Amino acid sequence: MFTVGIDVGSITTKAVLMNGSDWRCVIRPTGCSPRQAGSEAFEELLGQAGLKRDDVTCVVGTGYGRISLPFIDKAVTEITCHARGAHHLLQGADMVVDIGGQDSKVILTDGRGNVVNFAMNDKCAAGTGRFLEVIAAALGADVSELADLARGAEPVQISSMCTVFAESEVISLLAQGVEKGKIIAGIHRSVALRVAAMAERLGKGELILFTGGVAKNEGVREYLSRELGRETVVTPESQLAGALGAALLARERPWVSGGRGR
Amino acid sequence: MADHRKMWESLGLDLESHDQLMKVLPPTYGSVYMSQENRPEGMEYFDFVVSEVHGQRIQELQDHKAAGGKVIGAFCVYVPEEIVRAAGGIQVGLCSGVEIGTAQAEKVLPRNICPLIKSFMGFKLGKVCPYFESCDMVVGETTCDGKKKAFEILNDFVPVHVMETPQMKREKDKALWLSEVQDFLAAVEEYTGNKVTAESMRQAIKDTNAKRRALLRLNELRRHDPAPISGKDCLLIEQISMYDDVPRFTAQVNALCDELEVRVKEGKGVAVTGAPRLILSGTPMALPNWKVPHVIETSGAVIVAEEMCTGLRYFENLVPEEGETLEQMVEAIAGRYLDINCACFTPNDGRMERIVSLAGEMKADGVINCTLAFCDPYLVEANRVGKALKEHKIPLLNLETDYGQEDSAQIKTRVEAFLEMLENR
Repeated sequence: MFTVGIDVGSITTKAVLMNGSDWRCVIRPTGCSPRQAGSEAFEELLGQAGLKRDDVTCVVGTGYGRISLPFIDKAVTEITCHARGAHHLLQGADMVVDIGGQDSKVILTDGRGNVVNFAMNDKCAAGTGRFLEVIAAALGADVSELADLARGAEPVQISSMCTVFAESEVISLLAQGVEKGKIIAGIHRSVALRVAAMAERLGKGELILFTGGVAKNEGVREYLSRELGRETVVTPESQLAGALGAALLARERPWVSGGRGR
Repeated sequence: MADHRKMWESLGLDLESHDQLMKVLPPTYGSVYMSQENRPEGMEYFDFVVSEVHGQRIQELQDHKAAGGKVIGAFCVYVPEEIVRAAGGIQVGLCSGVEIGTAQAEKVLPRNICPLIKSFMGFKLGKVCPYFESCDMVVGETTCDGKKKAFEILNDFVPVHVMETPQMKREKDKALWLSEVQDFLAAVEEYTGNKVTAESMRQAIKDTNAKRRALLRLNELRRHDPAPISGKDCLLIEQISMYDDVPRFTAQVNALCDELEVRVKEGKGVAVTGAPRLILSGTPMALPNWKVPHVIETSGAVIVAEEMCTGLRYFENLVPEEGETLEQMVEAIAGRYLDINCACFTPNDGRMERIVSLAGEMKADGVINCTLAFCDPYLVEANRVGKALKEHKIPLLNLETDYGQEDSAQIKTRVEAFLEMLENR
C-alpha cells in the first residue's frame, strides 16, 4: 500500500512516499505558494516512483500549508504528525522538540507516537528557523554555516528574544568588535533556552528527538542537551519527521478518500 | 439597517471611524454566525439585535434619556445592575472586544497593556461607541491594576464612579464590599435623582434574576449530546445579555429554550452526536470577539459552557429574593456579587472547583483556557487551573491571544492538535 505524507512548512516542503518499510522523499523550498509547493512535491514524488495519484491509497497533509492542499485525503496537524514520525525515527522517544521555520514546539508523547501534551511558541518568530536566518543574514553568513562558525566559541549573552530586537542587538555586538563565533553561539543558546523553558513546563521527557529544519544545526542541539540535562537525538531524517508521521498516519488511520480535501 | 446617521451625529460619534467599524462587523458576523448549520430559529431575534447593535437599541437609550432616564455604563460583572434598575436607570455593558482607536488609546496608555483596556480607551477617545457616548456615567472597579489605573485616565473624558472590589473573601472584605455597594446605591440615587425603594429594588432583583434563570436554563440544555445549540450562539446571547432590554431579552431566551427543549427531545443538535465537547474558560470575550470560539467550532468540536464573565460568572448565582427591607436586599446583592470567582481574588479556589465540577456536569472532553495577552490575573492563574485539571485528569489547552486576527492559523493548529489528542485518548 502506497501512502504519502506532505509537510508544507513555512520555509520548506517535505513529502514522503511510503510503501511497507520502504520510503522515499522530496524536499523543496515552499516559496510564496504553499499550494503549489505541495502539489509540485507530490507530483515529483509520484514521478520518481512511476506512480499515478490513484496508486496512492491515502495522502495526509500537514504543516502550516496543510489547509491549502486540494488533493489530500486528510489534513492533520504537525503536532500529531511529528509525534508519530518521531516514534518511527527513534523507538521509545517520549518527547519531541520541533523547531521549524516559523514556530517551535515541544510535544510530550506516550512513547508510542501518541500526543499526551504539547506547547508552542507565541505568534512571533522568536527562536525559530526564521530567527536564525535573519541573524545569519545580519552576520553575512548562510544559515547552514552557523554551527561551524560557532564551534568551540564561548557564547555571549543575547538578551532579546524578539527577532527584530535580537538582530539589532547582534549588529551592536558586531560594532563592539565581538567575534562572530561568540555571537552565533549566544544565539544558539538563546534558542535552546527558550525551547527548554517550554519543555520544563510540560515535564521532562526521557528520550528526546529533535526535529524540524533547525535540528540540522549542531550548535542548537548541543545547547538544548545541556539545558534539558539529557541527550537530544537528531537523526539524518529529523527534518522529515512531520512528513513521515503523516505518511504513517495515512496508513494506520481510516481516512481513505470519500472526502478528498477536508 | 435603518439610517441612524443623524442619531450618531448628535451623539458626537466620529462618523468616518464608525463607518469603518460598521463595514467590518456585518461580513464578520456573516462568516462567523450565518454560516452555521442547523441553527435554532430562535436565534433570529439575536441576529436582529446584532444587526441593530448601534441602531435600535441606541434609539431606545435616547428615548429613555429624553424621558429623563439615565444610562450607566459598566465593564465588569461586579457592578450590581439591580441597583441601577431599581433607580430607573439602564445599565449597559460597554464595547471592548475589538482593536479600535489604538493610536488614540496609545496616547494615554502604554503600548503593552491588556487589549480590553486598550479597546475601551480606543472606543472612548476615538468616539466610535454609541453606548459609551450615551452614558453620562461609567462605573469602574478595581478588579485589576490595568483597569484601576485606566479609570483614572477615563475619568478625564467621562465621570467614572469606581467601586473597590476586594481581593480576598474574608469577613472584613465582605464588610468592605457591602459598604461599596451601599455607596454605589447612594451614587446612583444622586445621579438619577430617583430614590430607590424596597419595592423598586424587589422588582429589580426579580427582573434580573429572571434574566439569569433564563440563561441558566439555556446552559442546562447544553448538557445534552448532541448539543442543541452552538457555543458561538450562546456566547453571543451572553454578550447581548449585558446591554439588551431585560424583560424582552429574558422572554426571547426563554422562547429559544422552548425550541431547544423540543430539539433535545427529537435528538437534534448543531453538531454530530459524540462530537468533542469543550469548556471555554478564562478572560471575558466582549462583543465582537468571537475568534477562538469560531476556530473551535469550525474544527469539529462544540463548546458546552463558558466559564467566563461573558458566561457563567455573569449569571450563575441568583440574588436571594426573601429580603424584606431595602437594607436586607442590598446585603443580599452584595453577597451574591462577592461569590463571583474572578481571578482578582486570592486564593481563587472556587474557580478551580467550578471548572472541575462543570467538566463533569457538561460531560466535557476537555477545557480550553483562553486568556487575553497582558492579563496578569488570568495568565498567572492558568497555572492553578492546570494543576486542578491535571489532578482530575481533564485535558487542558492554554491559549493566549488578543483581538488581532493574525494568529488565527496558529490558534487553529493548537486547537486541532488538541482535538486530535482527545480523539486518540
